[in-house]
Amino acid sequence: MDAHVLEHAAESGSRLQDLAWMVLFAPLITAAGTHMFLRRERSLAAGFNIAAVALSFVLSVVLFAAFAGETVAGSPFSWMPVAGMDISFGLRLDNLSLLMLLVVTGVALLVMLFSTGYMHEDPGYSRYFCTLSLFVFSMLGVVLADNFVMMFVFWELVGVTSYLLIGFWYDRAAAADAAKKAFLTNRLGDFGFLMGILLIWSATGTVHFGTAEAFLTAHPLALGSMASLAGVLVFMGAMGKSAQFPLHVWLPDAMEGPTPVSALIHAATMVAAGVYMLCRVFFLYTLPANWPDWLGFLQGIPASSIVAWIGGITALLAALIAVQQNDIKRILAYSTLSQLGLMVLAVGMGARLSAPNAGAAMFHLFTHASFKALLFLGAGSVIHACHHEQDIWKMGGLWQRMPVTFVTFLVGSLALMGVPLFSGFYSKDDILATSLETGPILFSLAVGVSALTTFYMSRLLLVAFLGRPRSSGAGQALESPSSMTWPLVILALSSVFAGWQIFGVSQFLTRHFLPEYRTHEFDPLFGPFNHNPTAAMFGFGAVLFGMSLAARIYYGAERDPLPGLMGRLARAMRHRFYFDEIYEATVVPLHDAAAAIAGWIDRWIISGLLVRGIPGAVEIAGRALRLLQTGNLQTYGLWFAAGAVLLAVFTLKR
Amino acid sequence: MLAWTLYLSFAGAVGMFLLPRENLRAPRVLALGMAVAGLLAAVGGALQHPIGGGIVVIAKQTWIPSLGADYFLAADGISLTLVLLTGVVATAGVLFSWNIELRPREFFAFYLVLIGGVYGVFLSFDLLLLLVFYEIAIVPKYFLIAIWGSTHREYAAMKLALYSFVGSALVIAGFVAAYVVSGAQTFNLLELAKFEYPREFQLWAFPVVFVGFGILAGLWPFHSWAPTGHVAAPTAASMLLAGVVMKLGAYGCLRVAMTLFPEGLAAWRGVIGILAVIGIVYGALVALVQRDFKFVVGFSSVSHMGFVLLGLATVTTIGLSGAVLQMFSHGILAGLLFGVVGRMIYDREHTRDLDQLEARHLGRALPFAAVTFVLAGLASMGLPGFSGFVAELSVLIGAWQRFPRLAVIAGAGIVVGVAYTLRAIQKAFFSGAEMPSPDPFQAGHGESAISVPEKVGAGLLIACTVVVGLYPRLLLDWIVPSFNSPLFDGLRRGAGL
Repeated sequence: MDAHVLEHAAESGSRLQDLAWMVLFAPLITAAGTHMFLRRERSLAAGFNIAAVALSFVLSVVLFAAFAGETVAGSPFSWMPVAGMDISFGLRLDNLSLLMLLVVTGVALLVMLFSTGYMHEDPGYSRYFCTLSLFVFSMLGVVLADNFVMMFVFWELVGVTSYLLIGFWYDRAAAADAAKKAFLTNRLGDFGFLMGILLIWSATGTVHFGTAEAFLTAHPLALGSMASLAGVLVFMGAMGKSAQFPLHVWLPDAMEGPTPVSALIHAATMVAAGVYMLCRVFFLYTLPANWPDWLGFLQGIPASSIVAWIGGITALLAALIAVQQNDIKRILAYSTLSQLGLMVLAVGMGARLSAPNAGAAMFHLFTHASFKALLFLGAGSVIHACHHEQDIWKMGGLWQRMPVTFVTFLVGSLALMGVPLFSGFYSKDDILATSLETGPILFSLAVGVSALTTFYMSRLLLVAFLGRPRSSGAGQALESPSSMTWPLVILALSSVFAGWQIFGVSQFLTRHFLPEYRTHEFDPLFGPFNHNPTAAMFGFGAVLFGMSLAARIYYGAERDPLPGLMGRLARAMRHRFYFDEIYEATVVPLHDAAAAIAGWIDRWIISGLLVRGIPGAVEIAGRALRLLQTGNLQTYGLWFAAGAVLLAVFTLKR
Repeated sequence: MLAWTLYLSFAGAVGMFLLPRENLRAPRVLALGMAVAGLLAAVGGALQHPIGGGIVVIAKQTWIPSLGADYFLAADGISLTLVLLTGVVATAGVLFSWNIELRPREFFAFYLVLIGGVYGVFLSFDLLLLLVFYEIAIVPKYFLIAIWGSTHREYAAMKLALYSFVGSALVIAGFVAAYVVSGAQTFNLLELAKFEYPREFQLWAFPVVFVGFGILAGLWPFHSWAPTGHVAAPTAASMLLAGVVMKLGAYGCLRVAMTLFPEGLAAWRGVIGILAVIGIVYGALVALVQRDFKFVVGFSSVSHMGFVLLGLATVTTIGLSGAVLQMFSHGILAGLLFGVVGRMIYDREHTRDLDQLEARHLGRALPFAAVTFVLAGLASMGLPGFSGFVAELSVLIGAWQRFPRLAVIAGAGIVVGVAYTLRAIQKAFFSGAEMPSPDPFQAGHGESAISVPEKVGAGLLIACTVVVGLYPRLLLDWIVPSFNSPLFDGLRRGAGL
């Protein structure tokens, strides 16, 4: 299939698809240029980098218009020849990557525009835009990669640039620690990813997505007993980037970065990379379950089930934690975790559909990107206005003082809750419908997560925006400047409309996975209620339930009544189910102990005993040798001859 | 052309003694001139080398006819890569020694002798000649550490010398045995490699020669000289020690032990693989608990050299190519890391204790050092875009084909590598006080600002790791075809290359 694609690319005279290289490299060029020449030219640096991302966005639109529905390849170049095969860098444009290009460049562009206002006072202004461009470059590389190795390369670059962005204020110990934690956790996941790549490579002989997919479609048993393990190993990479349980601990801490960075990294790009990658290698998860003997106890469980369950657990845990957080960014962070869990669940469930496809996951990724970016930027606007106050109990009454921020934030929240007519409704309904088709347990879990989502978002709205101001900062808050509100308005519009069937995103994605899929008729706005009334009714019911419960508890509340109502459970939720503490108490000492033991061995056994022992032995040998060192040439000759004879005898004997 | 690398180095060493004693500046200028000339000769030689070509003979003269030893210099892609590495690290080393004021003539004379010996080893295709150069390279290390070194320098120098000589003794024993057993009356490596030694002989000769060389390559558990030696050595010497001298050992393992005794290799491969992986994980773990910044880098060298040895143990083209690439990569990165720690930090702060450095806000005081170390650290964690990634990926692919379990453990070692590097970066540069800081892009001011030679040296090394990381074919196009030469016929026959 891909040979065909490449031929097609080589034959056709038009090289329009090579514009994708420009999409990819424009941000890199400006990042390098900024670093070299514009460190002190603040506004020039910002303008330059924004222009590059805008260029990438425009070119992405052009590419989308030109190639939607096709699969084409940008000209590859050979990177590393190894053992008869070539790892090349090539770009792959298909429905999946074309849509993702729009998401990444679009959100990045808005985030950068917003940042011109938000970061205006920061001394590292130029460095900020430079790193942001570098991050966009890495993310675009992940999106466009046409093979595992290239994806892994950019995958790691995303990790590094996110490290730089999270630790942007590296003077703050918390920021530096958070950056380190994010990087390490990601690396842990990537270790599995790399092993998975090696496994797939050794079994299929290729790292190219298209070739591997074609090969595994033709020979579904080619991976043998490693089939499921390969899926799980690759999934480990996604667990790191998309912060899935139990590697989720880095994401909430990563809120230490500047808020627009959180919007970019934790809504639309980096964390979405894991889900995107799973969709890209979706063919791995439709393989039949097959485990090696030493993992025999997993026999019969397909990799996709593990993916779905991990996603489901993450979604539920994170939603529960979000209910009891007071920091506005942390609520959004856990909400992100929870939504990512839903997407991962949709990938796993999608693999078990009668017509396997991950359309629902990608659809939710798409709508989530805009409303979550909106919510984060809105939170940034609030924090900016309240003089860097992040505790929602110290806000209140903001709806009057910041009308644009409030309305857009409300739109984002409604979309996140999945209220009909807002984009999140359609994509969440897709997920619910998918899980209803494959299993009642995960379906009820998804419904529960839906209700919790509505509950904690209503709580956030009621406490932070309504009521009366509970601090002087909130009382004096002023609406943010227009450079910050315009991006909010644009994102609010897309948060409403992105899900509407008239734009066909859902069908577009499904077609990526199922080429023969046909859309029957134009769906009205309430289409989900016709397609799968059970799923839609449950979803809608969850929204109503969550909203009314939150309204009862939090309307006009001055303090959080929930701890009084739920006691210990609420405390566990507030303390994030003690995950950080558990890791602190188990993994860290284990790790330290291993290091300490190795250090001890080196100090006392290898250096102490052996090394100090050897000179002793050497000294004894030296004394013995001194007997031989007579300084007499004949004696030396004799010894030499004796040695030679010994060797000769030794060899001739055989 | 390539032979000039070593002639120029030795000529420079002799030339040092023609310089006036009082002049502190002349020796370093001469040394820089010779190092750069050597680098240019290496680059020139590399450009002349046919891509995809095999072994190119540089010089061949009868040397000791009665023994059948020749003055035989030649190069293939492997030698070429390492000669280039030596040229780069040697140049950077001089730039990082710009502040040497204690007996600079002697310092740079020993330095150039060491370099010359290293060039000689990489270019010798005659075992006796190789051995001579090998010893020439070892001796100056002792003096460089014992005279110009720091922490426990006598102990470290002696430990290093003892380890080296035990290694050489094993190597000599192996060579003599190989010479006698083959009965070919020649030390010519190409001739000896054609000879099929009896299996029983190979079974003991291989480990003797491999361990003999392996000691210098930091083979676990014989690595103990490396961290102490690196720490005690003056900056330029630790750069050379970790950058090129450790490569001598790995090179010897590949060039001699493996090509002469392929069946021995086949039998011992698993053991070497295990020792290599222990070295990877162990070096990383020990690096994690070090307080002395230089010890962190020293143990990271043990860990990285483990990848070289693992690559060798795979005996696959990709694993071996990865091993050679890792030699290059680690040489550059170790040079860079030691340059930052030894020259940029220690010479200014007079401490390498990470707990003490924590209070000094080096991220702000020495922003150039911080950025350089972060880049070097990212590279040494094996991140894409730097040479280490390509090298370690190739080794892992090779290892995956032979010993999948070891590959998994080695991969886990990389994660520990991230941990100790981030720990060192954070402790040394970015910790402590919460106070507003200037943008680290703005260079530091004051008397201790990073000097131009340091910047040039660091820039040179960073450029090398980035260029190779972005376009590994630059070196792989030389390295990979090298394994097709007749020298590796034995490996193909006896160890299934």
